[in-house]
Amino acid sequence: MTAVRLRRNLTILSFLAPALIGIAVFFVYPLISAVYFSLTKFDLLSVPEWVGLDNYKRMADDPFLLQSVRNTLWMVVVFVPARIIGAIGLSMLLTNLRRGAGFFRTVFYLPALVPPVAATIAFVYLLKPGTGPVNHFLEKIGIDGPLWFNSPAWAKPSLVLLGLWAIGDLMVIFLAAVLGVPESLYEAASLDGANAWHRFKSITLPSIRPVILFAAVTGVIYTLQYFDQAAVAGSIASGQATTGAGISQSFGYPEGSTFTYPLWLYTVGFRYNALGYANALAIALFVVAFIVTLILLRRAKAFSGEES
Amino acid sequence: MTAAVLEVPSEPLLDKRPDRRLKRQNRLAWIARHSIAIVLVIMFLTPVVYLVLLSLMTSNQALTSDYWPNTWHPENYVKVFQSTPLPRYLLNTVLYAVTSTVLTLASSIPAAYALAKLKFRGQNALFLLIICVMMLPPQVVTVPLYLMWARYHLTGSLWPLIIPALFGDAFCIFLLRQFLLTIPSEYLDAARVDGCGEWRTLLRVVLPMAKPGIAAAGLFQFFFCWNDYYGPLLYTSENEKAWTLTLGLASFRTVHHVDWNLVTAATVLAMAPLIIIFFFAQRAFVQGITLTGFKG
Repeated sequence: MTAVRLRRNLTILSFLAPALIGIAVFFVYPLISAVYFSLTKFDLLSVPEWVGLDNYKRMADDPFLLQSVRNTLWMVVVFVPARIIGAIGLSMLLTNLRRGAGFFRTVFYLPALVPPVAATIAFVYLLKPGTGPVNHFLEKIGIDGPLWFNSPAWAKPSLVLLGLWAIGDLMVIFLAAVLGVPESLYEAASLDGANAWHRFKSITLPSIRPVILFAAVTGVIYTLQYFDQAAVAGSIASGQATTGAGISQSFGYPEGSTFTYPLWLYTVGFRYNALGYANALAIALFVVAFIVTLILLRRAKAFSGEES
Repeated sequence: MTAAVLEVPSEPLLDKRPDRRLKRQNRLAWIARHSIAIVLVIMFLTPVVYLVLLSLMTSNQALTSDYWPNTWHPENYVKVFQSTPLPRYLLNTVLYAVTSTVLTLASSIPAAYALAKLKFRGQNALFLLIICVMMLPPQVVTVPLYLMWARYHLTGSLWPLIIPALFGDAFCIFLLRQFLLTIPSEYLDAARVDGCGEWRTLLRVVLPMAKPGIAAAGLFQFFFCWNDYYGPLLYTSENEKAWTLTLGLASFRTVHHVDWNLVTAATVLAMAPLIIIFFFAQRAFVQGITLTGFKG
C-alpha cells in the first residue's frame, strides 16, 4: 500500500519537479533575498552592510520616487480604464457588424502583435511635433497639434494612445465574453422595449462583469511593471535614440513625465548602483502587486473553475 | 460615437414587423457602424503603413515630413543586413525565442498536466502560487536575480534568459492547465485502464489532444521572447554581441544622424515574422487569448 502510494507521489513529483525548482530559484529565493537586501546597503562591488529600515525611511523623502509613483498612479487611473472601455467598445462594434466582422477583427488585433519597442518607435515618429504626419494632418484641418512625446503634459496621454492602438489582446477577451451572453436575454429585453443603450447597460455589462474585474486586475499589474514603452519613448523623443545600453540616461523625458515606478527602480539599481535601496523599492512594488493579485485570488474559484 | 458603437442590431423578431421607419433607422445604424469601423481600420493601419513607407525612403527624406517616398529604395532592406549589426541581433533573437519556447513547453506541460488531471495534496495551493508568480512584476526580483547570474559570470550573455526556460513558466503552465481542463477525463481513464502509466498517458493520449493548447502556449512564449525588452536590457546590455533586436533597433546611426530609414526597415523586419506567423496560426492564437480570460 505505502509502496504504491510512494510510487504515485514520486510520479507526481516527477511531473512537477522542473516547475517546483523554477519557483524556488526564480521566485522564492530572489523574493527572500530582496527582503534581506532591502535592509542593507551595497553596490555591485561591495558587500551588503546591515542598515535596518534606513532604505524604507529614505523612501519618505525621495522626490524622484514621489514623481514616479504619481506617474504610475496616473497610468493606473487613466490607462487601465481607457483600455477596458476601448476594448468593450470595439467588441460591441464587432459583434454588431454583419459584414466583414472577421476582417475588422483581424485588423484591430494586428497592432497587438507589433513588438512594444517597435510600436513605440513608430508612434514617436508618427507624433513628432515638427515633421510627424499626425501634426501635419492636424495642421491641414486647422488644429495646432500638441508636442506629444516631447511635452510633459502630453507624453503620458501619448503612451495611452499607444496602449489603445495595441488593444487587440484585451479586445479578444472581451469579444469572447460579449459573444457568450445568451441571445435569449437580448430577445426578452427587446420585447420589453429596451433600447440599445439599455440592453447594453442592463444585460451585456452585468454579464461581462467578471471579465471586467479580470481585465482591471491584470491591467493594474501590467501598469505597475510598465517599462518598455516609457523607456523607449523617452529615448527616441529626446533624440538620444538608443534602445540599448545607456538608455537609462533619457528615462523620464520630458521633465520626468514618463518616469514610471519601474524606471526609477531600474535607475536606482543599475545606474546609481544603490542596490539596497532598489530592493526596498522592489519590496514596496511587491506588496502593492500582491494586494492587487489578492483581489483576483479571492475570485480564484471563477478563475480556476472547471470548464463551465 | 459611443452611442453608435453600442448600438445593438435589431433582433429578428423586430425585423418581421413591417415598420418602415424602423427599417430606415436600422440601415442608418448599419452605415454608421461600418463607417466607424472603416475609420478605425485606417487609424489602426496607419502606423504600420507609415513605417513601411519610411523604410523605403532615402535616409535624407526620412528626416523630412514626407510620407510618400520620392524614390523607392527597397535596397534599404539589404543595406540594413550589410551595414548594421542587424544579422547578429536577429540571430540572437531567434536563438532566444526558439530555445526558450521549446524548453518552456517541455518543462511546463508535465506540471500543467499534473495540475489539471492528477490529484495530490497542496494542488490548489500550488496553483495559487503559480498565479502569484505569474502576477509578479519582474522588477521585484530583478536585483537578486541579476546578482545571482553575475556570480556565475553569465551576465552579458543570453544564458540568463534561456536557462530559466528549463524550469517552467508560470503563464505557460497556467494557460496549458486551463486548456487541459477542457479534455474529458474519460479518455485518460481509458488509457489508465489499458495499463498506461501517467507519463505514457500524457505522452500518448493527452499530448495529441492538447495540440491546439500547446500551439497557443508556444506562440505566446515565442512572441513574448521575440518582443522581450526588459530581460535583454537587464542581462545583455553590457555586451553588444548578445543584443537582441529590441535592444539594437534604434541604434543604427552614422556620425551625423540616425538613419531612420534603416531603423524603420529593421523595425518592419522585427514585426514581420510575428504577423506572418499570426496569419498561419490565427485560430490557435485567438483560442489561446480567450483561455487566458476569466471564466465567469
